[in-house]
Amino acid sequence: MGITISNISKSYKKVKALQHISFDVKPGELFGLIGPDGAGKTTLFRILTTLLIANEGLATVAGFDVVADYKSIRKNVGYMPGKFSLYQDLTVKENLTFFATIFGTTIEENYDLIKEIYVQIEPFKNRRAGKLSGGMKQKLALCCALIHKPEVLFLDEPTTGVDPVSRKEFWEMLKRLQQKGITILVSTPYMDEAALCDRIALIQDGKILEIDTPQAIVKHYSKPIYNVRAHNMYQLINSLKEYQYNHSVYPFGEYVHYTDKRTSFNPEELKMYLESENLTNIEIKITVATIEDTFMELAKS
Amino acid sequence: MKRFIGFIKKEFYHIFRDKRSLFILFGMPIAQILLFGFAITNEINNVDIAILDHSKDATTKEIINKIAASKYFSIKQMITREAGIASVFQKGQVKAVLNFEKDFSKNLIKDHKATVQIITDATDPNTANTITNYVNAILQQYQKELNKDITIAYQIVPETRMVYNPELKSVYMFVPGVMTIILMLVSAMMTSISITREKELGTMEILLVSPLKPFQVIIGKVLPYIFLSIINALVIVMLSIFIFNMPVQGSLFLLGLESVLFIISALALGILISTISSTQQTAMMISLMGLMLPVILLSGFIFPISSMPLPLQIISNIIPAKWFIIILKGIMLKGVGLQYIWKETLILLGMTVFFIALSVKKYKIRLE
Repeated sequence: MGITISNISKSYKKVKALQHISFDVKPGELFGLIGPDGAGKTTLFRILTTLLIANEGLATVAGFDVVADYKSIRKNVGYMPGKFSLYQDLTVKENLTFFATIFGTTIEENYDLIKEIYVQIEPFKNRRAGKLSGGMKQKLALCCALIHKPEVLFLDEPTTGVDPVSRKEFWEMLKRLQQKGITILVSTPYMDEAALCDRIALIQDGKILEIDTPQAIVKHYSKPIYNVRAHNMYQLINSLKEYQYNHSVYPFGEYVHYTDKRTSFNPEELKMYLESENLTNIEIKITVATIEDTFMELAKS
Repeated sequence: MKRFIGFIKKEFYHIFRDKRSLFILFGMPIAQILLFGFAITNEINNVDIAILDHSKDATTKEIINKIAASKYFSIKQMITREAGIASVFQKGQVKAVLNFEKDFSKNLIKDHKATVQIITDATDPNTANTITNYVNAILQQYQKELNKDITIAYQIVPETRMVYNPELKSVYMFVPGVMTIILMLVSAMMTSISITREKELGTMEILLVSPLKPFQVIIGKVLPYIFLSIINALVIVMLSIFIFNMPVQGSLFLLGLESVLFIISALALGILISTISSTQQTAMMISLMGLMLPVILLSGFIFPISSMPLPLQIISNIIPAKWFIIILKGIMLKGVGLQYIWKETLILLGMTVFFIALSVKKYKIRLE
């Protein structure tokens, strides 16, 4: 069952939000949709959750067609939109009860599914949802999306605006939900989260750049990458960009990720160049490509 | 059904937790009724009147004394000839003239019936109307005293004549008008806002991706407001009865049914507005400009429809409030039954069905 998407395109007036998207999500898979803001992730989510109709192409969710069988899909999926979309003037408990009721179930019936998440927000169950912190809100939203035991779970940027600790906890929860047999499609602009998915699709400007496991995607990166560091980061980036053989220069934490155009590249040569640019404390080390590097490389071409 | 009840419960949480909407819901009707009531029902005090007494007998003297003794009137002038009436009005010295017929007392004993003419200056129609009512009240009181121990009743017939605006078309019948405005406001604006709020906050997205059917969402949104609007209508009727002593002549039951019909038509309009606006702000502006203004200006509440230019008269026909005000005036002030207002009721019913059909058709099951 899972999700199948074939040749989906969607335009808003002049903007082509999605262009000929095709991929499958296997049942029980944790699938990540990775891409920057405006890549078309939300549009794809809305098509799959039957909120929008694609201009062309076909898609099925849990075996149901997104246009013809939209009613069946609405019964069987959980959807957590990118924007916090619960009732802010209702308490945690009231929100959860409400969503349980409209799906024709009760909190008790599916408590085991949300238990691990719910215990964390239970101390605040009488607090209004609008007064929760960002991480708490997302946990509550996840509970509400899970309360009817959906077959497929759609999470649109669930960790945007959430602190790193809560983000980590959130992904651990997703892993546990996956073990319970729920198919999960999750989107995120954070590349580090991509590594936690079974498979990922890199998406930009409405086009899929690459679909594979995170490990394989990283392996596709052919060029050796170097971590470069010097006492003055800003000047370092400028100097590297001016270097005639540079292929790519991206700041990456405390380092700059550098790749060279030439096949035979000698780091010593680069060091000498940088020294001539008056940079000191220069450090050049070979490193492994990350998903972000791959993404940048793919996005460039 | 359980889903539906859950939904309605949630709506009530929204309403009772939002102080602003609560204020609009319950503060507004009371404030408006009191404002309009006190501003427009001018209590009259020491109004100058003139008297033209053609018979000058014991009975007329007694009536004149009673009128003079009341705090409402002071007799400014005694006129001797008919021609004097016009001149006192033109000089603006008095607001009303009482004209007793010749042989008032004799007629009363002989025919058990005598006539007094009440002529009022209706340039200020509201005052004119009030004066007439007060004089009538005094006359009736007197008549009652006369008739205490007599089998065949004496009858003093007041003949009312309003000069300058004889048909008294611009009488402020504020209660029907205010009731219409408030029901419109509460029903249309509040529902349209409450639906667009779901859109604006993104919760509509989740509601759509749920097994809730469109009609469940719509009815769930609308039912709490029907309930609250009925309470509002009751509050208004109660206030007008107990504070302004306005008698409701007709059947309260019929009044209730007609009100529910109007409430539903306003709610359907509210849903319609919510389908074309994406933010609460827009919904509010459309409700205010598109509904409130026509209700106030074109429904005959403040400005009589018959004195409008023809194009506006034609437009006024498509405003549900116009028909509801006619119905309300009929029931509350004239005490008529359904047989006199079936036409208006039918028009209102037709509009309601049309609005509901249109809004269900326009309700989106998707985001665009």
